[in-house]
Amino acid sequence: MSDLTKLTLSDARAKLMSKEISAVELTQAHVEAVEAAVPLNAYVTPTFEKALDMAKASDERIAKGEAGSLEGLPLGIKDLFCTEGVRTTACSNILDEFTPTYESTVTSNLWRDGAVMLGKLNNDEFAMGSSNETSRFGPCINPWKASGSDADLVPGGSSGGSSTAVAAHLALGATATDTGGSIRQPASFTGTVGLKPTYGRCSRWGITAFASSLDQAGPITRSVRDAAIMLTSMSGHDAKDTTSVDIAVPDFEAALTGDIRGLKVGIPKEYRIEGMSTEIEKLWSDGIDWLKSAGAEIVNVSLPHTKYALPAYYIVAPAEASSNLARYDGVRYGLRVTGDNITEMYEKTRAAGFGDEVRRRILIGTYVLSAGYYDAYYIKAQKVRTLIAQDFAEAYKQVDVLLTPTTPTAAFAIGEKIDDPLSMYLNDVFTVPVNLAGLPGISIPAGLSSEGLPLGLQLIGRTFDEETLLRVAGVLEEAAGFNAEPSTWWRNK
Amino acid sequence: MSVDENTVRGIARLARIAVSEEELAPLAKDMSAILDWVEQLGEVETDNVAPLTSVVEMEMKMREDIVQHENIQREVTQNAAVSEDGFFTVPKVIE
Repeated sequence: MSDLTKLTLSDARAKLMSKEISAVELTQAHVEAVEAAVPLNAYVTPTFEKALDMAKASDERIAKGEAGSLEGLPLGIKDLFCTEGVRTTACSNILDEFTPTYESTVTSNLWRDGAVMLGKLNNDEFAMGSSNETSRFGPCINPWKASGSDADLVPGGSSGGSSTAVAAHLALGATATDTGGSIRQPASFTGTVGLKPTYGRCSRWGITAFASSLDQAGPITRSVRDAAIMLTSMSGHDAKDTTSVDIAVPDFEAALTGDIRGLKVGIPKEYRIEGMSTEIEKLWSDGIDWLKSAGAEIVNVSLPHTKYALPAYYIVAPAEASSNLARYDGVRYGLRVTGDNITEMYEKTRAAGFGDEVRRRILIGTYVLSAGYYDAYYIKAQKVRTLIAQDFAEAYKQVDVLLTPTTPTAAFAIGEKIDDPLSMYLNDVFTVPVNLAGLPGISIPAGLSSEGLPLGLQLIGRTFDEETLLRVAGVLEEAAGFNAEPSTWWRNK
Repeated sequence: MSVDENTVRGIARLARIAVSEEELAPLAKDMSAILDWVEQLGEVETDNVAPLTSVVEMEMKMREDIVQHENIQREVTQNAAVSEDGFFTVPKVIE
């Protein structure tokens, strides 16, 4: 039965609709795969009983001819999404055993369309990290290993549980969130597809807030088509999020025409960073060749403020985080440590509840927002952000999409960067500018490193033009023909 | 070193996070490394640039100011570590 986990989401959908398989069989196969994958630490709160109940209900709806667009398809949910009656912690101790009495809009949309929830997935604490090592539940482990090595590698972050679950066939797809690369970087590290939509495409309501002007939900899947299918369900205006945009949601799957003749693809010269490895350069030029062969026109463009994106991000994101995380005070939900007075209660609760990286970012954020520093840091960073957004706007006068690598390297070892925040931050050098400008971006598995690890290429689209983005992504995916799979070493542990 | 131990102590107080004396020096080092690195933004000429306030131009929607959820006191307080008779409780604030 385990071969059912080998299906893509779209293939599984076809087999369910033709009644070749049942939703219960499909869900059961995934439950068994998750149970056999404990060493990966992808699921922090499995919900197998709920999954099987949902699958039964799906089978009934399919029998009655009332199937939704995701009917009976088992998914994993990043632990940042509030799920009614199911513990939601953002993988932080400060949320303790928090069990929401409401459902996030994005997950509500998935259940409305018939999807099945397998459980909650690991992530970096409050989505702050690029390796999934800051989780209160411990690191999630990349299913991939470098050739000739048994060392555990990171699955990327913050959506490491999502990328791992999809790469290891522990879900047909997963929800994720991306503030500076947290969907695309883990997708790149695990050979999966990761799509960050335009800011405002998906409602942020019910998603644990990290940096509100940058956070956006999106899917991680095993194909571009699957990403398009999930995005269609996840998107849409929501009165409960004033930044969710009130525009029609297209059928993103219909955008995958396979025809990119005449489209203009920009290659930003600033992404050719100093010390870039030859294998990343090779991957990038392969991508250029593939799109050219498919009839696209390649245009060299310049995004002159690219090198300032990371430092601007590391002011804006911690500033917003320090403000958002002020709500964790031990009073209304989550952890509470008693103190002699109310201030001591707050200080002890927050000291016990937040991990090192989260604490570091709250302190940085508090500092850059404090009296006397606000203009020098925060306003300065927001001005630089304007320039970065203008760079993209200029480029999109000449081109339809941009092609870049997703990450400067393949997956690294657990423990390799965790004690050096700056070297960890540099992982997001190609993904962060996209969030600062609110643009949609997607990572496509495009090749293997010399060590046999997956490498991704990133496409960046125009605001609310996920359709062109997906169309090009589909062509890139087909040309790359990436079909490598990790060995299933975790099953023998 | 852009921040010293005293500054970290003050910032931690503002952020309401208890930090032990032993943690001040390593935190000052980490924070300084990050703040020194972001200093490179000073190279960018921004005198006539407006700070970005929204990545997507849109009009803020208004809605009627009406009660949407009633009688959910139990739901609201059920995740609190300590609550009494449907109220949140905190250490005594007024003497």
